[in-house]
Amino acid sequence: MSSPPVAVVSFAQSPQVRREDHRNEVEMLMPVIEEVFSNIKVTKDDMGFVCSGSSDYLVGAPFSFVSALDAVGVWPPMRESHVEMDGAWALYEAWTMLLSGDVETALVYSFGRSSPGELAKILALQLDPYYLAPLWPDPPALAALQARALIDAGKADEEEFATVAARSRRDARANPFAQVSSDRTTAELMAEPYVVSPLRRHALPPITDGVAAIVLAAGDRATELCERPAWISGMDHRIETHALGARDLTVSESTGLAARGAGVDRDATVDVAELHAPFAHQELILREALALGPEVSVNPSGGALAANAVMVAGLIRIGEAAKRVMDGSARRALGHATSGPCLQQNLVCALSAERPSGGR
Amino acid sequence: MGDTGAEEVLRAPHALDYTYTRSVGPVIGAFLTGLRQGRILGATGAGGVVTVPPTEYDPQTGERSGELVEVGPAGVVSTWAWTDHPSADQPLDRPFAWALVTLDGATTGLLHVVDAGSSDAMSSGMRVRAKFVPEADRRGHLRDIECFVPEASS
Repeated sequence: MSSPPVAVVSFAQSPQVRREDHRNEVEMLMPVIEEVFSNIKVTKDDMGFVCSGSSDYLVGAPFSFVSALDAVGVWPPMRESHVEMDGAWALYEAWTMLLSGDVETALVYSFGRSSPGELAKILALQLDPYYLAPLWPDPPALAALQARALIDAGKADEEEFATVAARSRRDARANPFAQVSSDRTTAELMAEPYVVSPLRRHALPPITDGVAAIVLAAGDRATELCERPAWISGMDHRIETHALGARDLTVSESTGLAARGAGVDRDATVDVAELHAPFAHQELILREALALGPEVSVNPSGGALAANAVMVAGLIRIGEAAKRVMDGSARRALGHATSGPCLQQNLVCALSAERPSGGR
Repeated sequence: MGDTGAEEVLRAPHALDYTYTRSVGPVIGAFLTGLRQGRILGATGAGGVVTVPPTEYDPQTGERSGELVEVGPAGVVSTWAWTDHPSADQPLDRPFAWALVTLDGATTGLLHVVDAGSSDAMSSGMRVRAKFVPEADRRGHLRDIECFVPEASS
């Protein structure tokens, strides 16, 4: 059986903010889901499948994704699923569903509100419960170990971290949804004190509340809904060991494997790459793993340094990459999502303006 | 029911707790028991690999680990990060370094903290030694190692 090609046909996101005080997750999602549908003049009744990504640890309540479904509406009954992961992985599940040929359309959404809790403690709970979590290492601390390893290996220096941050925050000024933007030079950023050395404040992502949604469609349905669908030419995700000290932190082996699985290699260069690099030095590791040359526009949205809603920022990377194919500014684009400490797990989604002959 | 007031209200204790215990198995269990005895164990694997802390399967190949061997208690810092503002849960209440320590005899890094006083005293490649909590206070837990200290001053 041949699989139909699948495309991103609509993308919407909320303003990404430090603290969403007045709306709960459902109220944050409702206008975004309305927008992702109205962009292409459909309703939820047109969706063959719905898949969401979120974390109960952020909400502080079990099965919070069930109540979030109120943002979509659950009557009449529909086919629905959820991953306790970034929405990029919900998109992966929806993609496989569309490849099966059973359904033609899918809504993917994710929500992450980090402000009510202590994010550093919550994220420590995803670590090995015997060997890592008892020390309560926070994400900046683990990222700083990786950054130091990169410096020690002679692959980068602190100034390069600041250059990534300066460029990202400058690009974020053109992104109306970004939380953090500024126009500061590398030298200005280098004058900041360390948060966890060798990382200064600029090299860390902001803490963000935000939501996002994407609609996928298969075959002719995609071209009916969207003038220039962003066809998914390949997608793959890989994970490395949770034994942090057994990894070479200066490379991202799983990103390289996922890129090859998604059909991204040196011969198929992309115009734009949206990389989920929460910490500035991680962009350098990902660029190497994906073999991106200087001609590739990396994170024109500002990336995760401009807004990093946990469970959402990866889906937004795919949305931002797809947006540039849909608006005609890119022929080929790449969206990347990460999860876990020090880029432990990585997903690569290759997008193209050209309709592939099959799903994969 | 009489009208004797609030004393009549039924009460029951409710502790929100993790009310069952987990078995940590033959490898993690041996490691934690070792810590209580002031010993650090690693798991041997193919090609001379010694994984510390030990896992039942080689983290890179998935092969079942071999016998456990004692490593350390001193080793080399492979990478480190300095924090001036520890949170209340973290192992030390004063500025310290996070570090991956490759213990003598091990081929992978153990995450722990180094009580070095100042970031100036830290460098990759430096030697550090495990400092255990007093024997009576050990409970078969990663934090039976209080911290690592620079070897010259231990």
